[in-house]
Amino acid sequence: MTYQRPTFKHPGLPKNNLGYTFKEYEGGLSTLCAGCGHDSISASIVEACFKLNIEPHKVAKLSGIGCSSKTPTYFLGNSHGFNSVHGRMPSVATGASLVNQELMYFGVSGDGDSASIGMGQFVHAIRRNLNMVYIVMNNGCYGLTKGQDSATADEGSKSKAGSVNMFQAIDLAGLALELGAGFVAQSFSGDKTQLIPLIEAAMKYEGFAFINVISPCVTFNNNVGSTKSYDYVRQHIEATSTIDFVPIQEEILTNYKEGDHKNIKLHDGSYVMLNKLEKDWDPGDKNSAFSALQKARDKQEILTGLIYLEENPTNLNKLLNTNSSKPLSKLTEKELCPGTKTLQIINDGFK
Amino acid sequence: MSSSIKVNDLVVKFANVNGTGSASANYLFAKAIFRMGIPVTPKNIFPSNIQGLPTWYEVRISEKGYYGRRDGIDIMVCVNPQSMMQDVKSVKTGGYFLYDNTKKLHPSFIRDDINYIGVPLMEMCNREYSDPRQRQLFKNIIYVGALTALLNIEFEVFEDLLADQFQGKEKLIAPNIKALQLGVDYIKDHYSYPLPLRVERRDLIGDKILVDGNTACGLGAVYGGATVAAWYPITPSTSVVEAYESYVKEFRVDPITGQNNYAIVQAEDELAALGMVIGASWNGARSFTATSGPGVSLMNEFLGLAYFAEIPAVLIDVQRTGPSTGMPTRTQQSDILLAAYASHGDSKHVLLFPSTPKECFEFTATALDLAERLQTPIILLTDLDLGMNDHVSDPFVWDENRKYDRGKVYDASDLDKIEKFGRYLDTDGDGIPYRTYPGTHPTKGSFFTRGTSHNEYAGYTEDGEDYVKNVDRLLLKWETAKTIVPAPDLYQANNNSKEGILFFGTSMYSAEESLDQLAEKGLKMDAIRIKSFPFNNTVENFIHSHDVVYVIEQNRDAQLKSLLVNELSIDPNKLISILNYDGMPITAYKITSNILEKSKFTIAQTANI
Repeated sequence: MTYQRPTFKHPGLPKNNLGYTFKEYEGGLSTLCAGCGHDSISASIVEACFKLNIEPHKVAKLSGIGCSSKTPTYFLGNSHGFNSVHGRMPSVATGASLVNQELMYFGVSGDGDSASIGMGQFVHAIRRNLNMVYIVMNNGCYGLTKGQDSATADEGSKSKAGSVNMFQAIDLAGLALELGAGFVAQSFSGDKTQLIPLIEAAMKYEGFAFINVISPCVTFNNNVGSTKSYDYVRQHIEATSTIDFVPIQEEILTNYKEGDHKNIKLHDGSYVMLNKLEKDWDPGDKNSAFSALQKARDKQEILTGLIYLEENPTNLNKLLNTNSSKPLSKLTEKELCPGTKTLQIINDGFK
Repeated sequence: MSSSIKVNDLVVKFANVNGTGSASANYLFAKAIFRMGIPVTPKNIFPSNIQGLPTWYEVRISEKGYYGRRDGIDIMVCVNPQSMMQDVKSVKTGGYFLYDNTKKLHPSFIRDDINYIGVPLMEMCNREYSDPRQRQLFKNIIYVGALTALLNIEFEVFEDLLADQFQGKEKLIAPNIKALQLGVDYIKDHYSYPLPLRVERRDLIGDKILVDGNTACGLGAVYGGATVAAWYPITPSTSVVEAYESYVKEFRVDPITGQNNYAIVQAEDELAALGMVIGASWNGARSFTATSGPGVSLMNEFLGLAYFAEIPAVLIDVQRTGPSTGMPTRTQQSDILLAAYASHGDSKHVLLFPSTPKECFEFTATALDLAERLQTPIILLTDLDLGMNDHVSDPFVWDENRKYDRGKVYDASDLDKIEKFGRYLDTDGDGIPYRTYPGTHPTKGSFFTRGTSHNEYAGYTEDGEDYVKNVDRLLLKWETAKTIVPAPDLYQANNNSKEGILFFGTSMYSAEESLDQLAEKGLKMDAIRIKSFPFNNTVENFIHSHDVVYVIEQNRDAQLKSLLVNELSIDPNKLISILNYDGMPITAYKITSNILEKSKFTIAQTANI
């Protein structure tokens, strides 16, 4: 049985520019634990899509396996979704994105899905610069199998049962940066004011846009001693800046002091606005981004915000020079089959 | 030694060092025979190595048109000291051993029942060429020249072949001709020629072509409308996607925009390769991958997903010798059970078994149709012998009016007409539901594809009844598959004999020859060639109408027999296996001798083959 929300719509519900109500971006009712950080992220995705005036059916949602990968059922109910196999979402997304450039590809994964079983595919999706949003809902543990540490659990972090993690954490944002991702952001599920504009900017970005969202597991990893509990994250969070996203049609406001803000123009003409920037940090400079991440790690803090942004990405479809005016799925015999006469010439070549 | 003349019936084997350019010279020899209108079968027997290890090339010439491998080397051309002892031993009594006599042959290599033909290849090359690479390359051409005189091959055929081969690089023609002539002249000056074993022009080739199966598969994918290819390099399948790539670069670039109507991705591994194919197919493209056994092992997880979530996928498995890494450059038909039942849980897959390059071309295009019609993976099981060796084949055929079968897909206007879309609803009663591509309609037709259990509306379910209903529908779809997969070939209008022969894939060549050999012994047998799985009624009827059926396959464990026994509830004792699994293609001798030994009708004759 699928959990469905009631379909009743109040006639007075506000609509976005395309005439869609907020409801039309929602999905089924969540079956995750009450208070799960992932549900907040789903809600942020819904809000970002509503605000961005995305046509719901022009989004393809893809995920792997795990609590995080269940979430695409809980947002964008009018979009096609694909809950694939554990750690393999990137390859399915790669194949899908090669076919139809009219759609937006939205990948959701978890720390087990991306940092362990699917590390290979995660790495290669970045390397190929897929034009997609890739969100990791990172809680440092395996929820569905009841709380084992994942590869992003911090060394020394304590599980609910009291055992201490012996191994170093894999820093997914640092890894994405190292591998050449053009858009690297980090956020916290409980910070919607930061997360929503990040998702909006990621969806408008024409390349691989990675957001690592720390999303506490209320059931298995919200205890004292865990470095991914709500309390710990709230106390150790350090934002790079405040962030806002300005779509193309809105006028940009520049009432901030010089040196205090930075506006980054995206390919379609919209802007990412970063305010209250750290003094010695520039999100367009990779060395600066590396340094900021490392400094935060040294202080055992979680750096959030837009960490790095390359303004003109060359995504996989551009690299492969694939037909951008017509999806490959819509090509017919006329465009695809070289025909009988050509075959005769080919046959003659083998005589 | 007999000097009776034998025309167009011989096996020539070349023993070379890998990486010395010998394969192209040996191919030139085989192609010359082909151009003389004589049936020929070349087989490259190569090591898993880039340079230095022994490699062989076997060419069978058969006036009767037998294209299978034959034991018994009539002429051995040995230019590899590493393998010389074994090469000397492999020559048939009365046969010929052509070698480089720049240095005198050690007495241990001398047999008194074969003929030795020394040609000072190294000395001639050192005299004629100064560049070391040329010395190496033309050594190969000189021995082809020697064979030209010895076997009476028409010299003009080489002139034509070289002109074709070096189009645009004409200056390479003359030195090759010169090298050939050196070989011819040496034989003419030192030996009586031609040999009693020789070739003569015939008109037995007609409009046939000489091509390998992997090229045919790649071309079939182009004609069949595949737009996405994702793959991971693995011998012996690599040249499938390479062929696809070379054809799409020629035929699939939009003349106005310069953009590609295809996308090829070399994946990080075989798992990702199939994942990409599934993602592309889910999004409405025709997509394929090519691999070999080790790749199929890795792809099991995704094959199960595609089966259960009902996503089209085409997988070309060019089989090699397993298990594990096995013998990567030797042939086998040993992935049958792996492919048929790939992945955990109850899952089974449609298999196609091509026997010829023409069928590789056709079946690849058919697989793309079947995958979309049946919304499931289609696995084409070819093998190294078919994939990498050149075969004389009927030409490729394509009906100008052929339309792709895109299967059951609802577009926006279809969706507007229906009340509620159910992705897994069996609307037509054939077990095949309707699908939609992402992005079709703003409010209708979206669904959630999942590998978890789902109801008719693609909703997650843990309800046993829903689950059973779904997997039973998949069985109904399996029944539908039986009616549309390629039907088997029967070799007789009516079944007559008590015993029959059943074979598939590349065993066809030797099995057909064996049928003739058995008929000569008075044992005329009915035969069937299987082209696909699931098996249809014709296969079942064939087995039921014979007391005994010999099942010929190239693996140790009689995998096709297991599949027949399991799927058709056949008494295992009724099927007698004839197995070949040493990595070399099966020979007619092996089949015939085994049948004569096992058949209750021929006990008295077993000694006589």
